[in-house]
Amino acid sequence: MIAADRVKPDRAAQVQACLATVMDPELDESVTELGFVSDVDLLPDGEVHVGFRLPTYWCAVNFAFLMADDMRQAVQRLPWVTRVQVHLHDHMYADTINDGVAKGAGFQAAFGGDAEGGLEGLRQTFLVKAFQRRQQALLQHLLDAGHTAAELVALDIGGLQDLAVDGDGRRLVERYLERRGVVVGASSGAAFVDATGALLAAEALPVYLRDLRRVSINTDFNGALCRGLLEVRDRELVAQAIHIVRRPLDRIGVT
Amino acid sequence: MYKTASGEEIFIIDDHVHNWDASKANQKNVHGEQFINCFYAYHTFLSPPEKLWTREKFERYGGDQMHRDLFVDGYDDMAIFQPTYLTDFYVNGFNTTEQNAAVAANYPNRFIVNGAFDPRDEAAGLDAFEELAATYKLKGVKLYTGEWRGESRGYKLSDPWAEKYLALAEKLGVKNIHVHKGPTILPLDRDAFDVADIDIAATNFQGLNFIVEHCGLPRLDDFCWIATQETNVYGGLAVALPFIKKNPKYFSHVISQLLMWLGPDKLLYGSDYGIWTPDWLIEAFMAFELPADIAAETGVILDLEAKKKILGLNAARLYGIDIVAQKKLLANEKSRRST
Repeated sequence: MIAADRVKPDRAAQVQACLATVMDPELDESVTELGFVSDVDLLPDGEVHVGFRLPTYWCAVNFAFLMADDMRQAVQRLPWVTRVQVHLHDHMYADTINDGVAKGAGFQAAFGGDAEGGLEGLRQTFLVKAFQRRQQALLQHLLDAGHTAAELVALDIGGLQDLAVDGDGRRLVERYLERRGVVVGASSGAAFVDATGALLAAEALPVYLRDLRRVSINTDFNGALCRGLLEVRDRELVAQAIHIVRRPLDRIGVT
Repeated sequence: MYKTASGEEIFIIDDHVHNWDASKANQKNVHGEQFINCFYAYHTFLSPPEKLWTREKFERYGGDQMHRDLFVDGYDDMAIFQPTYLTDFYVNGFNTTEQNAAVAANYPNRFIVNGAFDPRDEAAGLDAFEELAATYKLKGVKLYTGEWRGESRGYKLSDPWAEKYLALAEKLGVKNIHVHKGPTILPLDRDAFDVADIDIAATNFQGLNFIVEHCGLPRLDDFCWIATQETNVYGGLAVALPFIKKNPKYFSHVISQLLMWLGPDKLLYGSDYGIWTPDWLIEAFMAFELPADIAAETGVILDLEAKKKILGLNAARLYGIDIVAQKKLLANEKSRRST
């Protein structure tokens, strides 16, 4: 075997870390955690190829496009990266999506007349759903831990951050605060607000939480289905782990 | 027929069954192959391991196997035969009204044969639908709004031509409109599982019943809002129900929300055969009890009365089936066959 692999080993880790920040907009989970990223190919000249696949050939095109474009942008931020190519595999619109993302074209440009507008509205809709879902999980956790509704609705952000919670609770607080900015611009004030930015009332909290539950039901449905379908697909295809290709330099003629 | 421990007989009408041909010979293109692959993945993911079929069997099982799975090994008493044409993907269609009616004819009193229409057939399709309704005495249709047709990737029930078809259905007494709400492709930049068109159609056609298969999942929140406002919107439990085994807690949340928003009179059991089979689904549903914390959150009850409605009484009401008379017909049929 030729020891001509000049790709720095930490570059693969850097690319993976970037990809881990890309979320499936609908599921509110990272594309790497969901197992969507199938291969990463690091070329010596700083070009990066990222391959990904979704659970089925039919997965929603708009979400596929968003994820592909987010991956390209995330990896492109690394200082040593010269070019990023994202390849969606095994999808009915793979070619259109791959071409559109490669050109840096917007969704509408890639799909022409079939797409009626940009994807920003859709992205915002799902960010709000992610906010609601994270809030519901956190509030439920805190209520189960013995905090009262009156106490929780009175918390400001600092108070929430200072709250004594267990490890799971800490993670839920962080995840929630990451998305709080989706509905309110100010990074101070009441910790818990609804999707319109309005304050919550203690006596209405049980009904409010029950309504938020439906948002979780949807994302849980998709999450379970996606994971299940991907698992089945993987069983019939190849390995699950991200395959990092480190290209020996002599094979591609780079010195 | 399902018998409870105390001997009570529960009459079961399965609102969603298919007999497809997805064999290689019938696949028209890669879409046909991918479509059945996707179904098979659903089957593999949610079925108990001992209920898994081979891929060959799954691609084409046929009417006799179907009859055995539904009515002999399964607990169904009757089933609503839903067509799914998909003629852009399959040479002879995935399953058509004509093919389904031929199978149904072999098993008298077991099936209700539903038809279909596609608003994109415009004026010519109206006549064809009228003829189909007369030939098969249709009481219902199954619409697949996400079906591909040439360049089109789907349609909405609020489209002008869709309204003409719905008006004709109402006039012909084809009152039960089953709508598959799953992944549609257009419009590409909207939420691909949008159920909003049901709202418009249900308001405009008060004489029709809209049974939303899969309860709008994964858009349960949108669906619940619509179904609560419209008295003629129902939820079909196909796809939601199979979670009962793999993820009972999840199923608990779904069914409790549906019971709270729609109530037990508006939900219909469907196996989605041949993706899943009624034997294990019914056993799991009959044994199922809502966890106390979830029941407390929504304040709903899923008792035997509610289960009976979901499993058969609601479908019987929508399709005008007299259960006592139907039981007699089936008993006569059984004795005729055994002699």
